[in-house]
Amino acid sequence: MNSSSEIQNQKLSSQLDLDLDFEFDQPSGKLRLRDLLDISPTLTEASGAIIDDSFTRCFKSNPPETWNWNVYLFPLWCLGVVIRYFFLFPARVLILTIGWMIFLSSYIPVHFLLKGHDKLRKKFERYLVELICSFFVASWTGVVKYHGPRPSRRPKQVFVANHTSMIDFIILEQMTAFAVIMQKHPGWVGLLQSTILESVGCIWFNRTEVKDREILTKKLRDHVQGAENNPLLIFPEGTCVNNNYTVMFKKGGAFELDCTVCPIAIKYNKIFVDAFWNSRKQSFTKHLLRLMTSWAVVCDVWYLEPQNIKPGETAIEFAERVRDIISVRAGLKKVPWDGLLKYSRPSPKHRELKQQSFSESMLRRLEEK
Amino acid sequence: MGSASSVLTQYDIEEVQEHCSNLFSQQEIVSLYQRFCQLDRNAKGFISADEFLSVPEFAMNPLSQRLLKMVDGLNFKDFVAFLSAFSGKATTQQKIEFIFKVYDSDNNGKVSFNDILEVLRDLSGSFMSDEQREKVLRQVLQEAGYSKESYLMLDDFIKIQYVLSHDFLNCSLYCLFKKSVNYIDAKVGSQLGSFQVGTKNGG
Repeated sequence: MNSSSEIQNQKLSSQLDLDLDFEFDQPSGKLRLRDLLDISPTLTEASGAIIDDSFTRCFKSNPPETWNWNVYLFPLWCLGVVIRYFFLFPARVLILTIGWMIFLSSYIPVHFLLKGHDKLRKKFERYLVELICSFFVASWTGVVKYHGPRPSRRPKQVFVANHTSMIDFIILEQMTAFAVIMQKHPGWVGLLQSTILESVGCIWFNRTEVKDREILTKKLRDHVQGAENNPLLIFPEGTCVNNNYTVMFKKGGAFELDCTVCPIAIKYNKIFVDAFWNSRKQSFTKHLLRLMTSWAVVCDVWYLEPQNIKPGETAIEFAERVRDIISVRAGLKKVPWDGLLKYSRPSPKHRELKQQSFSESMLRRLEEK
Repeated sequence: MGSASSVLTQYDIEEVQEHCSNLFSQQEIVSLYQRFCQLDRNAKGFISADEFLSVPEFAMNPLSQRLLKMVDGLNFKDFVAFLSAFSGKATTQQKIEFIFKVYDSDNNGKVSFNDILEVLRDLSGSFMSDEQREKVLRQVLQEAGYSKESYLMLDDFIKIQYVLSHDFLNCSLYCLFKKSVNYIDAKVGSQLGSFQVGTKNGG
């Protein structure tokens, strides 16, 4: 039983440590009409996918359970709404405005006046970015607990974290000024990206441009080599996931740069608000407003032990190993899907594998007497 | 999604149950409705082909285009009726009827040589030539007592009495939902070139 597709399956199965059930559980014996007409395994798989699939689950918002369904709880909840929208929210907006004023009044002078003294200017800018991020976090009453040793500035290291929302970046940035690699967004976010984040050394990419990849890899490599640059932060999932699951990490980028990878695990506590940014359902502004009108955003951040690629390990295996470390730490379930399937269809290669297996089985059994 | 049950009244549930010949329990219908609302992103009342194809596991299936023709644009009642063949309570005959419907794409009540050939084409893709497919089909048809010109009716399908796969016979909504709860811990992911692998735990 050694057709090439079976060998491929076995390799795949052993690597993934699971049993892939393919269409025909290797039935043998002469091919009869009944076998040819029996498409039930394929149909079962298709219906299984229609009824429930793990990919869609990753992007489902799971809001915390409502508790205001009672005669005395409901007025309490109403009171809470009043406090949140009419007291907390304006106070937070005020804090944020003050923060921005302080930031802009310090940043602009520093940026222009210290043009010549690069090192000093960068130091100030770094501090100011950390400051404005702290203001942001305060504006949604972020209760963030950091565990583990704080990131240090060294060359040849890259930080990776799981991704739930754009606020991941802000939460991490308030502790250490990272340079991040991000998708360029439209609107006011894009404006912020091109002005302020440029100064910490952020790198932009366009998801839809495939040729971008090589230029990107080169940029990343250059950044990592420079000792003066801010530590690089990458979100290898490539998209926002709902903080109950992790999708597959992209091997390109973080794991192929020949440097140490330091994993960071972020877990949000849904007790007051669900921090997952469902980019299909709401804009970032709405998402921020939702955070600012809730009681608090509670999360834990773990800085985990730096990892190096082991000899004989491929980049993909390395990426999966790091994903395992992060998922275990943050209590997330792993799912074997590529996050970018949110925007595109799966490659035809998997379907072709099934077709190949079917064809080989048919032809083989036809020969049997 | 949490408010799905409040949108579906008891009367609605009973109507859907009747439409699918009571093959699903009320709880199953509620769960299916939650899933329907999840796939139907802008609450149009039906799921478009594009939304079905956004489920990668479905898009990867060789018969997805065929099933899509049957399920595209169905409202919730018909969606449940479509899935009723997969209920644990469906009889073997009902399951065979479903398979017959998949083959009989032009809905004329009979399955011709070409119909079977089409399905074979979906299942084998570019790994078998048309000649090979015709040869296989002609041979097995002959051995079963049919010819290239015969038309197979539903009764023929039942008579052929093929051994339906264990999964299909015993599958129930519970199994299909349950499988995705224990999603596997892929210890080491792999990408052969650029394709992704979808998997499920064996119930």
